[in-house]
Amino acid sequence: MKQLLIPAALALVMAACSSTPESSDAAAGAPVESRGGGSSVTTVTTGGVETGRLPAVLTDPKSILSRRSVYFDYDSYEVKAEYKDLVTAHAKFLTENRQFKVLIQGNTDERGSREYNLALGQKRADAIRKMLALLGAREEQLESVSLGEEKPKNEGHGEAAWAENRRGDMLYNGEF
Amino acid sequence: MLGIVLKLRRFGLVAISALALLQASAHAQLTIEITGAGTNRIPVAIADFGGEASAARVITSVVRGDLERSGLFKMIDPGAAVMTEASAPVYEEWKSRGADALAAGSIGESTDGRREARFRLYDVTKQSVLGGSAFVTSKPMLRAAGHRIADMIYEKLTGEPGIFSTRVAYVIKAGAARYELHISDADGQNAQVALISKEPIISPSWSPEGGRLAYVSFENKKPVVYVHSLASGKRIVVANFKGSNSAPAWSPDGRKLAVVLSKDGGSQIFTVNADGSGVQRLTTANAINTEPNFSPDGQFVYFTSDRGGSPQIYRIAAGGGDAQRVSFEGSYNVTPRLSPDGKSMAFISRRDGSFRLSIMDLASRQVQILTDSHKDESPTFSPNGRMILIATEVGGRGVLSAVSIDGRIKQRLSIAAGDVREPAWGPLNK
Repeated sequence: MKQLLIPAALALVMAACSSTPESSDAAAGAPVESRGGGSSVTTVTTGGVETGRLPAVLTDPKSILSRRSVYFDYDSYEVKAEYKDLVTAHAKFLTENRQFKVLIQGNTDERGSREYNLALGQKRADAIRKMLALLGAREEQLESVSLGEEKPKNEGHGEAAWAENRRGDMLYNGEF
Repeated sequence: MLGIVLKLRRFGLVAISALALLQASAHAQLTIEITGAGTNRIPVAIADFGGEASAARVITSVVRGDLERSGLFKMIDPGAAVMTEASAPVYEEWKSRGADALAAGSIGESTDGRREARFRLYDVTKQSVLGGSAFVTSKPMLRAAGHRIADMIYEKLTGEPGIFSTRVAYVIKAGAARYELHISDADGQNAQVALISKEPIISPSWSPEGGRLAYVSFENKKPVVYVHSLASGKRIVVANFKGSNSAPAWSPDGRKLAVVLSKDGGSQIFTVNADGSGVQRLTTANAINTEPNFSPDGQFVYFTSDRGGSPQIYRIAAGGGDAQRVSFEGSYNVTPRLSPDGKSMAFISRRDGSFRLSIMDLASRQVQILTDSHKDESPTFSPNGRMILIATEVGGRGVLSAVSIDGRIKQRLSIAAGDVREPAWGPLNK
């Protein structure tokens, strides 16, 4: 009896393993219709990203640090003077709280090629990153990336919507 | 020129698979609309195939639909009579109907009891057999059999390979936080979902052997390049460096990818092995360098750069060196894509504020604008070089449009369920 139970328990453990997150890339589906020549397609569902808790100073609407967005002019990749206080406040927070990291996401409006816009959004994110670094944040606390035109804040198609989408956002650990 | 508008709906007859769950739902099926046709179309008749009636109907309608949609053939009414590959054609009758070519066939049992599709193609003018074939199929494979027959007819009559058995990849934005990467047959049917994500997916690119797709996924809140094996669903991260990782393009031998990384600052083009190893920087100019695309001989990488002040197309030797400017007309030329024969380049050009599909003959540098739309993007050549598939916008919705390289034939592929974008035409099905 015992000899029979062990392989059964093993099989159970192995079955459990096959559904752990490590293999989630290949989960969510068996191969679909076999069409020969390796042309079937298996569906994959991506995992989400956990959102953690942040100190109140970063989220309290009365704190300047709750503001995270820097807006840019059309065809411009320079941080405007009106955002200097905001970026300075975040740089100060990062200088005083070295355990924190920031992900800077650059965005563009919808006009033009997706990949070219990704590169333009990168220029905006890089501009904010360079300013934070100049003001005391360390490079290892900073990562600048681009979402290009892919994640518009305003889904509209006119100049008002586009102005909202020419933007860089600062996200702290736990928010990305 | 924009004469016929022919709406071909899902053929309803097809029992594709018992595993219907993972098929894209019916409302997520692409419908194709032809909004233009070539001049000098070849008149061809496809007789009703013989054999088991429901199966024969599927095959006959797939063959007719494929040939008709290509815009190169004028379909001649074959009448109601069933005709198999064994029937002797009455050439005089087909000639009087106006057909230059005629195909007939059947679906039957092979010697080992499996289903077999057979057909024969006739030259009506010369009163001779042009070709024919028989191959084993199965009920879920009937459409595939029809595409193969259409490919053979297309090749016999035009001298170029048919592309009806190929597949296309595209992205559907199905909601505010739902993106799906689909793989369908070239006619938009048989769509299967390769990836579902809450975050955007862009820039799919087929490996030369057709089994893998490289793409950019934002599932980690930043752009990361993956290579995804379609049959197994296994994904590997090819580039996830600090900063952005994007714009994957396969080398013709399938061993490397060109990618765009911001890890050294700015957007620079690198090459990387398909397993993510061996990263090497290719471009050095302190400017945007993106949208790489290998020439079919693997010698050059074409790309977009703003090094001259406005986005223009350049090329650089695949081993590195000085870049040469390729595009000159206008102030915004992006997304270079080389034709399979390497002689021309599709790209997107901004003209009077509109983004339009354009094609350049690389030897003469002659540019032709192929559309009159406003928001064309992401061109991708059919593997026989005859059509270019693009994403564009109609009535505020994302649709795909296939345009012939002379601009005469246009097909629109739209979907009821949401925005379609980011097309990538797969390689020939060998």
